[in-house]
Amino acid sequence: MGPIGRGRGKMAAAAGALRRLVRCRPQQGLGRLLQLRSGIHGSAPAAVQVNVRDALNQALDEELERDERVFLLGEEVAQYDGAYKISRGLWKKYGDKRIIDTPISEMGFTGIAVGAAMAGLRPICEFMTFNFSMQAIDQVINSASKTLYMSAGMVPVPVVFRGPNGASAGVGAQHSQCFAAWYGHCPGLKVVSPWSSEDAKGLLKASVRDDNPVVMLENELMYGVPFEMSEAAQSKDFLVPIGKAKIERQGTHVTLVSHSRSVGHCLEAAAVLVKEGVECEVINLRTIRPMDVESIEASVVKTNHLITVEGGWPQFGVGAEICARIMEGPAFNYLDAPAVRLTGADVPMPYAKILEENCLPQVKDIIFAVKKILNI
Amino acid sequence: MRKMLLAALSRVLQGPAAAARPGAVSEVSRVVVASRNYADFASEATFDIKKCDLHRLEEGPPVTAVLTREEGLHYYKTMQTIRRMELKSDQLYKQKIIRGFCHLYDGQEACCVGLEAAIKPTDHLITAYRAHGYAYTRGTSVREILAELTGRKGGCAKGKGGSMHMYAQNFYGGNGIVGAQVPLGAGIALACKYFGKDEICLTLYGDGAANQGQIFETYNMAALWKLPCIFICENNRYGMGTSVERAAASTDYYKRGDYIPGIRVDGMDILCVREATKFAAEHCRSGKGPILMELQTYRYHGHSMSDPGISYRTREEIQEVRSKSDPITLLKDRMLNNSLSSVEELKEIDVEVRKEIEEAAQFATTDPEPPLEELGNHIYKNEPPFEVRGPSQWIKYKSVG
Repeated sequence: MGPIGRGRGKMAAAAGALRRLVRCRPQQGLGRLLQLRSGIHGSAPAAVQVNVRDALNQALDEELERDERVFLLGEEVAQYDGAYKISRGLWKKYGDKRIIDTPISEMGFTGIAVGAAMAGLRPICEFMTFNFSMQAIDQVINSASKTLYMSAGMVPVPVVFRGPNGASAGVGAQHSQCFAAWYGHCPGLKVVSPWSSEDAKGLLKASVRDDNPVVMLENELMYGVPFEMSEAAQSKDFLVPIGKAKIERQGTHVTLVSHSRSVGHCLEAAAVLVKEGVECEVINLRTIRPMDVESIEASVVKTNHLITVEGGWPQFGVGAEICARIMEGPAFNYLDAPAVRLTGADVPMPYAKILEENCLPQVKDIIFAVKKILNI
Repeated sequence: MRKMLLAALSRVLQGPAAAARPGAVSEVSRVVVASRNYADFASEATFDIKKCDLHRLEEGPPVTAVLTREEGLHYYKTMQTIRRMELKSDQLYKQKIIRGFCHLYDGQEACCVGLEAAIKPTDHLITAYRAHGYAYTRGTSVREILAELTGRKGGCAKGKGGSMHMYAQNFYGGNGIVGAQVPLGAGIALACKYFGKDEICLTLYGDGAANQGQIFETYNMAALWKLPCIFICENNRYGMGTSVERAAASTDYYKRGDYIPGIRVDGMDILCVREATKFAAEHCRSGKGPILMELQTYRYHGHSMSDPGISYRTREEIQEVRSKSDPITLLKDRMLNNSLSSVEELKEIDVEVRKEIEEAAQFATTDPEPPLEELGNHIYKNEPPFEVRGPSQWIKYKSVG
């Protein structure tokens, strides 16, 4: 089992062991006990609780094991076990060749990752946060995303850029920017943004196996959050398809579209609103580019109301793009009110807690917007 | 005996007499040709080459080089092909058949041909935008290069890349962002080390790019991880309109890698380039890590076709290099003076080359532009076909990888 087993937590490991015992008994006693333990969103009997960090760690481990060409590079990923412990245990298991600590040289090591991909390897390039990717953004856009096109298909670039994106807690303006719109703007890239542990694991695995440059925007505040992982999600071949959104909650009155951490806020708002008879449909985008506009359109046709929720700034953001696309498609005729965007406040992120809190869409803001759009 | 006599005769008459009695030369040549056969050529000759300046190296490349007749003819033809190809591009650009950026390589031919002579096709190479010569030496035909410049579907990138974005097997362009190709090259070298197949990567940049920060980041990582990377600075004395003295606090580009050993090479002498590259390649393949070569060279054209190239340097300077240091002339003189070839044979090669270039140019000007359907392709690799948006929501293009 090794370090990865430890990483999953003793409870989960114990649950795993118990699960194997329980399967030969009727669904009583221990089985029921596990079901009650299984947590927030109800349960299938063989599900376990896994936090996003561990889900990412599993994904990395599985993909490193599966394909020798896969390797991880970035600051502190090896001997420090990862700045946010995402790569815990991997250096011990795979060594210097596959897990590479880099100096603080974003432009340099990102270019190295892209060059390695051009020459046939499958690098995973970690940015300690995506704020630092700005120093290397030329390599991501000009070297990685455009090369397949410029070479008319001769030079593919199978590289994954991943790391925490967007606001954290009290880290100040230079460490809190969301890059979904920046990277989502560029053809040739794929951009994914997981929310749950299943998202994180499945999208990272899919990204590594994708032959194109993929930007994976994680979220630091989500790393420690546990989610139920179905048995299917625990398989080594579990993939979440890139380019497909997920309906996290079915609803009929309003469509809430979101990505990353904000998905959780939408679900919380939906849980409050249901008590007032409002059924929200919550869509987890999962992928920023290529965006699954069809799923949003189908939902809007059903609910007639659209609210987008994101952490990034409003101008030229993910929500702005969704609104524009809805206008251009069949769903426009089904809107009973103009689409609404909830976004980060249009300021650099302040430090003081009360200011920072009010710079991101909160549950109360979502509830307010739903009531406003529904005129209730 | 007869061979020596003929050789002596031709040498004497090709000397000063050539100017005074042009008729006499051709008379003699005809006589000489009539009695000449392959046995009259030397199979090889040894030449003294300039000693390279060294940085952090006890020993450097050898100071003599052996050139075989076959090698000489091959290098000559290759350099001449690149020269004529670049001049043809100049012509086509002035006729507005080539658009946008066009950075020509004439004058620097000894660099790309000399490098290629020292490495294997399985080695890797990446350079910046002055890349037409490398596209050729790395295996792209003149036809495909010119057709790419004219933006036709028969271009090596189907007309989608243009002058700065030509690729081939183990040749990664053709890169437009100054300096960005250097970390890429180190990444390719990392892959070489990773795969363990004894391959190396030649990573080229200019004297202008040498001041880019990302190059120093790359030096650090390449040295730290002992990547099999030869960093090569093609110093043609000018970064666009800025001379090296005005751009760099230290113009000893071969020393700029600091802890990385360096060699300064006469980039106008193909044998010097070849021997230095062999030396550098051996250094990398033996696991010692990266090494840096500065090739001192010169470009006859301006920075690009929109730069006449005489506002920051004098016509006299350009002319001086042409007359004293032209790489093709240097090779030609060496070959003729050492019976590795004859004036006629080289002239025949010139004729062949001109023909090839003309045919390629003909193709490049008559091949159709890529079909509009090509616009949406090659966004993603190995992806089921999807739609790409055009200038409006009603214009869509199909995209296949």
